Amino acid sequence: MPAGKASVSEFREASISEFFEKNRHILGFDSPQKSLFMIVKEALDNSLDACEEHQILPEIWVFMERIEGDEIAVTIEDNGPGIDRKQVPNVFGKLLYGSRFHSFKQSRGQQGIGITAAILYGQITTAKTSGIRTRRAEDDVAYEFDLGINVKENRADIHVEKPVIWDVAHGTRIRITARGKYQVGKQSVLEYIRQSAVANPNASFTLKDPDGKVYEIGRVTEIPSKPARPIKPHPLGLELGDINSMSRNSPAKTVAEFLREDFNRISERVAQEILEAAKVDPAKKPQSLTLPEVKALKEAFLKVRLMPPPTDCLSPLGSEFIRKGLKNVYGENHPSHYAKPVIRPIAVYNGNPFSIEAGLVYGGDLPSDEPVRIVRFANKVPLLYQPGACAITRAVSEMDWRPYGFDQKSGQGVPFGPAIVFIHVYGIRIPFTSESKEAVANVPEIMEEVTLALKALGRGVKSFLGKREKREKIYEKFRLVNTLLPEIGRKSAQILGKDVPDMDAVISKVANVVFITEEFSTNDEGVGVTVKVINYTRKPVSMVVFADPPTGDYDGMDLKWEISDLEPSAEFSGQFFLKGRTPNYPGTNYYFTGIDPVRVQGAEPLPADINTAAVNVMESEEEEA
Amino acid sequence: MTAEDTGRKLSELVSGIYDLIAGGEVPEIMMSSRNRDNIVLDSMTSVWKYGESKVTRSGKTVDGAEYMVKMLYMVDFIKEMLNENKSSTLREMYYISEGWNLGKFSTQDESNLMAEDLEVLSALLREDFKLRPEENGASIIGNITIEEKTRKGEFKKINCKDDVGDGGYSIPYSVENDKLRIKEADADFILAIETGGMFDRLVENGFDDSNRCLLLHLKGQPARSTRRLLKRINEEQNIPVYVFTDGDPWSFRIYASIAYGAIKTAHISDYLAVPTAEFIGVTASDILNYKLPTDVLNDKDVAALNAELKDPRFQSEIWRDEIETMLGIGKKAEQQALAKYGLDYVTSTYLPEKLSQLSGYRW
Repeated sequence: MPAGKASVSEFREASISEFFEKNRHILGFDSPQKSLFMIVKEALDNSLDACEEHQILPEIWVFMERIEGDEIAVTIEDNGPGIDRKQVPNVFGKLLYGSRFHSFKQSRGQQGIGITAAILYGQITTAKTSGIRTRRAEDDVAYEFDLGINVKENRADIHVEKPVIWDVAHGTRIRITARGKYQVGKQSVLEYIRQSAVANPNASFTLKDPDGKVYEIGRVTEIPSKPARPIKPHPLGLELGDINSMSRNSPAKTVAEFLREDFNRISERVAQEILEAAKVDPAKKPQSLTLPEVKALKEAFLKVRLMPPPTDCLSPLGSEFIRKGLKNVYGENHPSHYAKPVIRPIAVYNGNPFSIEAGLVYGGDLPSDEPVRIVRFANKVPLLYQPGACAITRAVSEMDWRPYGFDQKSGQGVPFGPAIVFIHVYGIRIPFTSESKEAVANVPEIMEEVTLALKALGRGVKSFLGKREKREKIYEKFRLVNTLLPEIGRKSAQILGKDVPDMDAVISKVANVVFITEEFSTNDEGVGVTVKVINYTRKPVSMVVFADPPTGDYDGMDLKWEISDLEPSAEFSGQFFLKGRTPNYPGTNYYFTGIDPVRVQGAEPLPADINTAAVNVMESEEEEA
Repeated sequence: MTAEDTGRKLSELVSGIYDLIAGGEVPEIMMSSRNRDNIVLDSMTSVWKYGESKVTRSGKTVDGAEYMVKMLYMVDFIKEMLNENKSSTLREMYYISEGWNLGKFSTQDESNLMAEDLEVLSALLREDFKLRPEENGASIIGNITIEEKTRKGEFKKINCKDDVGDGGYSIPYSVENDKLRIKEADADFILAIETGGMFDRLVENGFDDSNRCLLLHLKGQPARSTRRLLKRINEEQNIPVYVFTDGDPWSFRIYASIAYGAIKTAHISDYLAVPTAEFIGVTASDILNYKLPTDVLNDKDVAALNAELKDPRFQSEIWRDEIETMLGIGKKAEQQALAKYGLDYVTSTYLPEKLSQLSGYRW
């Protein structure tokens, strides 16, 4: 038998599953440490996506158990909506199957590859099946499956399927046994869960590691995540092949209808313009478009004026989630400052809407002699691997942080300082550097937006540091006139056996201002604040003092004091109470009117917009001039 | 100075502050600035003292006010000791200052500096303040007879050759007449030696006998009492002082503090410095001429040498040559590097050669 013929007979179609079996590193299953991480990640992302879609506050448990040697059983359970039992073989046993695969919207997941790949990885490394248990709210019982994957035919092999009693309203539990290595650190299951908790402050997470150690992160807000809205694809975000296959699968009767119905931002009039420019018959069936005609359409998209894609289709985390999430996870460092989160307006890259939101935690126990920690997110999913290849890290490194109070050698590289920077890139079709979706590609539009967000954060830090320095200076001066100078008078009098001298003249020579300062005490119910106004000048003063406390919960009193004819060296004090626990009371801002600002320390002149300062506006930082 | 006089002088200092406040003025203290740029050669005594430049500590600043508070607490403490006829070490006072609230010192260096500032401000000595340093273990050996007042209050005669062991006579922290009297000495010179190892070598080799000299162990940068004793022997017995140290920038400063007066104690240079003291070595030229084993100068050494080039005390031609030579070769050497040629080399060859080259003038 000729050799050539024998080999031809061995050619056959490889299934996707089979391909994955041989090339599992492409999807991230490339080491025992990372594989364990990938299994948890895939399940966790699915759970959070499903909860978001059904407006459920997520509760997630991850349990790991060492079976023998390096075999670890990973169980991930959620309180999600559950899965129709008929869909279980497809959802878990078939690659490229999923609710998200055909939709055009912002979502966390890997578009139908992830969880099946995880099950397949377990099967390859341990020859064991995986267990699924799921229950929907409308089902009377839960269903339990024991399944493997038939790699040749890309489908599930169901070994067991049986109804079981499960004492939960709804939820899903997956148990995958796989070869893996549990580790802690920057690229670990624990870190993934911690960062997921940053982006999901409305979820609770419990992790039990293979050594039995339990970590819990609680829920800190009861607001469900805002789901993203699926939209039709924008013409400019599509490749030739996309348009071609859309035309083949369209239910539309004519090309004109196809353009109008299947794309975003194409009106009847725009459709006409496109068809004229492309010289395509509007009445033609979309299925019978030739490839040159599709190509002509694609070119025509560029010739007409198209509105940018709608922006309400995206789902940001929002200021409150960012602030609460950061506080929930990084509060253990007792940071002295949470920057106001920055939410950039929506931008467009290649017809795909995207945006950036960012937050920052500063000071406290965070080390100031280490590089700033960058926590990266794409579509609410933490990115732990390949930081160096990521546009986010690159934007951080390419920016000069020195003007904002950070240490940075020659204005390049990751800056040093006691800070954690949170950056979330979200949008439809985020460009990644590889299929494992670990790093955002260096797209100029994204880099630019990230940089603008970082600059806004930097300005926040700078202003915080400036205010802190000013406060410290005022405190120092206050200590000088209130403590040190009187002590010099007292001590020198004591040594000489004379009367303590009157310090007023000396103090007004040194200070010659009106001091505004506060004292506070905290109890279970809140913070009691006493504002003191001391006249260190040599003339009586009159002024109006206003307080702008950091929390909005006053006890009904007007935070405004009219002070008239305060004599030199005399002191005025006013009290107010801030209800609610403020464990790290950052101090109240004071304002004044009715006196020359150069004669006051410890407060600012009353700005014209004092009453609008409290309104929560969406921040859109302008580019710096 | 009696305790009453001391107390009165300190009260005058405090009155200066009190009267300013009582008159409605911001309190301040003015004193000589105690840095390298403000030391000048006193042509009468040939030692370096503080010049005209003054610093003002003002109650207008937090630093100035804190300084005054600390000073007042220290004055109060000293007056208390004067009243109760007690004394304390500088270290004890530093620990006692823990209880001074606003007057608390953060380091012992800070409290030591304050005690020196008080000396400068009051023109008194810290002995008057009942403050003393720790014993530092400097010693002297050779044919000199002294009388030291013992704990029992009697003066005991000690010959520093016959009545002591190989460690020599240990120099007490106070060497004034009420504590120590110099009776007689039979020596052609005093050799003041930086390191214990070299001191022991010269003792073992009997250098004091063979060369009719006194050997004095400086123990690094010499304490005030060590310098004071050198000065007294030099003046009262008319015995010249020669200084023998390692060959590095820090050792040059040891010689400078003996021969010119130290920057930190320039207010009492008259009392401590020996303007005729001569430098034996080890010099940078010795390193080359005797081909001594060396260590490479580190960054701090180089910085110290460069600082010496700007130091008014090191402006003579011979110092500039030596410092620039050392910077040029980038090397330093210890006294004991002379052992390269055998244990007796220093006493049989090096010192005789160097002593014969002495000019009779300070560098």
